[in-house]
Amino acid sequence: MLLQIESGETFTQDEVMSTIWKAVTKLYGETGASKTGLSLIEYDQMQRTATVRVLLKAAGPARASIASVTEIRGRPVALHVLKVSGSIRGLGKPK
Amino acid sequence: MKRTYADLHLRPNLNDFEHTKQMITKAAKLGYHLIAIPLPPNVSEENLQKMRGICREAKIDFATRLNLKPTTPDELTRNLRKFRRKYETIAVICESKNVARQAAKDRRVDILNFPLYDYHGRFFDLAEAELASGSLTAFEIDAQPILALEGPARSRLLSNLRRETETAKAFHIPIILSSGTSDLMLMRRPMDMAALASLFDLENEQALQAVSENPVGIVKRNRGKLNSTFVAPGIRVVRRGKDC
Repeated sequence: MLLQIESGETFTQDEVMSTIWKAVTKLYGETGASKTGLSLIEYDQMQRTATVRVLLKAAGPARASIASVTEIRGRPVALHVLKVSGSIRGLGKPK
Repeated sequence: MKRTYADLHLRPNLNDFEHTKQMITKAAKLGYHLIAIPLPPNVSEENLQKMRGICREAKIDFATRLNLKPTTPDELTRNLRKFRRKYETIAVICESKNVARQAAKDRRVDILNFPLYDYHGRFFDLAEAELASGSLTAFEIDAQPILALEGPARSRLLSNLRRETETAKAFHIPIILSSGTSDLMLMRRPMDMAALASLFDLENEQALQAVSENPVGIVKRNRGKLNSTFVAPGIRVVRRGKDC
């Protein structure tokens, strides 16, 4: 999944990933979160994009969790899923 | 076929032109093709033209919407008589059971909306759904509280929404998903909105319909009715003249 981080601030990859993990855990619990296979592949702090890997069967819950993020480090933020693909090449470059 | 996505409940601050512009532009950027903004009953033609101008610039279709918040069924019917032909969509915010029942059976009402923060004020039950199934009314769910709430409050909300969407599905009442927000940061892409609907067990296809076919259908139907050629459902004037 290619994500766009919409905010006036910049965040580190750890902050972004920890927020996504917290959102998944909040909505689906630790057992549910463990089934997503969530991991970060690439993070571009300047472009404010992140590429994350999730298991296909957990794509729906992962997307809902990502959409439910409203703040990172207390700052308002919105995470948008720009593209979903089975391969990293398929995600292409963000416009 | 490519879907047309719609958000029928954007709530920008209409007194702040810049904020309205930002919200409309962002909706277009997020992939929406049609938006509706609740307008005050006495909206001036000048403001309306301004909004249409912004939407034209952003290349997004704009539909007018009126949110009615009546306290009695009589007030609701009075307002419907007064405003029905002036707005493309009419939503009723049901704050009492009497109003909810009247709104559900009135064919002039397009959308039923219930206060999401007040759990005692949600009257979308079996009786309400049965009445709504006889008219053309849709059940609207705003995403804003799902994003804004957390913990037990969100769990309770999702539990209510799960029960209500089940009821709506059982009676074939169209469900529409809207943002219902005035905060730019709480706007989400249509596909993300559909993903949020999975939290209350709405299947992916139905969730996608709730952000595309269902809301677009309401606006299309009403535009047809507001057209000067409309006579009655299924009857349209196709030609005028002495030879007809």
